[in-house]
Amino acid sequence: MIDKTVATAEAALADVPDGATVMIGGFGPAGQPAALIDALVAQGARDLVIVNNNAGHGEVGLAALLKARRVRRILCSFPRQTDSWVFDTLYRRGEIELELVPQGNLAERIRAAGAGIGGFFTPTGYGTALAQGKETRIIDGRGHVFETPIHADFALIQAARADRWGNLVYRRTARNFGPIMATAARVTVAQVDAVVPLGALDPEHVVTPGLYVQRVVEIPTRRP
Amino acid sequence: MTEPFRRLDADAIAARVARDLPDGSIVNLGIGLPTRVGNHLPADREIVLHSENGVLGMGPAPAPGDEDPDLINAGKQPVTLRPGAAFFHHADAFAMMRGGHVDICVLGAFQVSVDGDLANWSTGEADAIPAVGGAMDLAVGAKRVFVAMNHHTRDGTSRIVARCTYPLTGLRCVHRIYTDLAVLDVTRDGLVVRDRIDGLDHATLVALTGVPLRAG
Repeated sequence: MIDKTVATAEAALADVPDGATVMIGGFGPAGQPAALIDALVAQGARDLVIVNNNAGHGEVGLAALLKARRVRRILCSFPRQTDSWVFDTLYRRGEIELELVPQGNLAERIRAAGAGIGGFFTPTGYGTALAQGKETRIIDGRGHVFETPIHADFALIQAARADRWGNLVYRRTARNFGPIMATAARVTVAQVDAVVPLGALDPEHVVTPGLYVQRVVEIPTRRP
Repeated sequence: MTEPFRRLDADAIAARVARDLPDGSIVNLGIGLPTRVGNHLPADREIVLHSENGVLGMGPAPAPGDEDPDLINAGKQPVTLRPGAAFFHHADAFAMMRGGHVDICVLGAFQVSVDGDLANWSTGEADAIPAVGGAMDLAVGAKRVFVAMNHHTRDGTSRIVARCTYPLTGLRCVHRIYTDLAVLDVTRDGLVVRDRIDGLDHATLVALTGVPLRAG
């Protein structure tokens, strides 16, 4: 019998080692696995490499993880926000490494990792500072930059509903990075609003098939 | 000094852009001024708004109290859906752009060069926190890239330049520029003026821009 449900967020993240690369889903508040991030803060793993679109805001969630000095390096597209002072301070002091990645490259590098692709040439960033030092090629008369996959040890994502096999459906724009991060990590942990019986999800509607998901934690969250 | 013409405000620039969006087009609106274009879409055209965070068919902002934290745009503001909308993940959202499936992208800018080079992600200041988001992907992906911006910086320097001095977002990617003074096309033969605001003659526009402009 396959049962990927785990009772608590803490139990789902108990084995995250120091030095792990951890993808965290979400774009703004949508799709942010808040309970899993809090559990990662409490868990204590250090020297982490984080992959997220942003670099935290305020003092909660990812910002709390940064503030606790647990993150060595972050890959993201948009760290600067009006309330990203925790990241801003660490960055200005040289106390965190930043790899700034154009958002579409971030998504495609994650997708490539999950699909077993060794890299790809893309026009995004050609001729800019973010392509410096990278291999380039002219394809059909247009400059392209070689980008490599981003693999992770853990992916923490949020979805609307799951079954015990780990099949997932998402809600609206909360889908964002969830489906691709699920494919790119050795262990994908999904925080879901509800776990439903096997067979209750319409196979035509499953967005992330269960083989990409190793652990499911039900965290009931009120939605409109 | 009072100018003998009245510059467009941000909403008027947005409305001017909206006027040029054809019926049936797929359009991505960047953060800031371009987002306002969505408030001015002609009611008699079906224009499908695409957002990098995984939605096609966005509608306007919801009424107060009807916001849904799971339904936001690229600027993380709450939006609504139109009938026919679709959701997809982030890699698909950018594949749509990079793959040339989005007709028009409207972006803000710090500078645009006469060759259509775009600088809109960094001022290059040493102390600045860098952030690029989807700007570089949008610049190279859409079939046509429109820039909507003020013609001048606050201190009066033209944002339309011979060569960008700010860090580049993309090379030769801008097709058209909408400002508070004019609409300019980027062509192989340089910038061509398509439209000027009332009371602004061509020679004055050229003087205010500081690079050669051809009358359209």
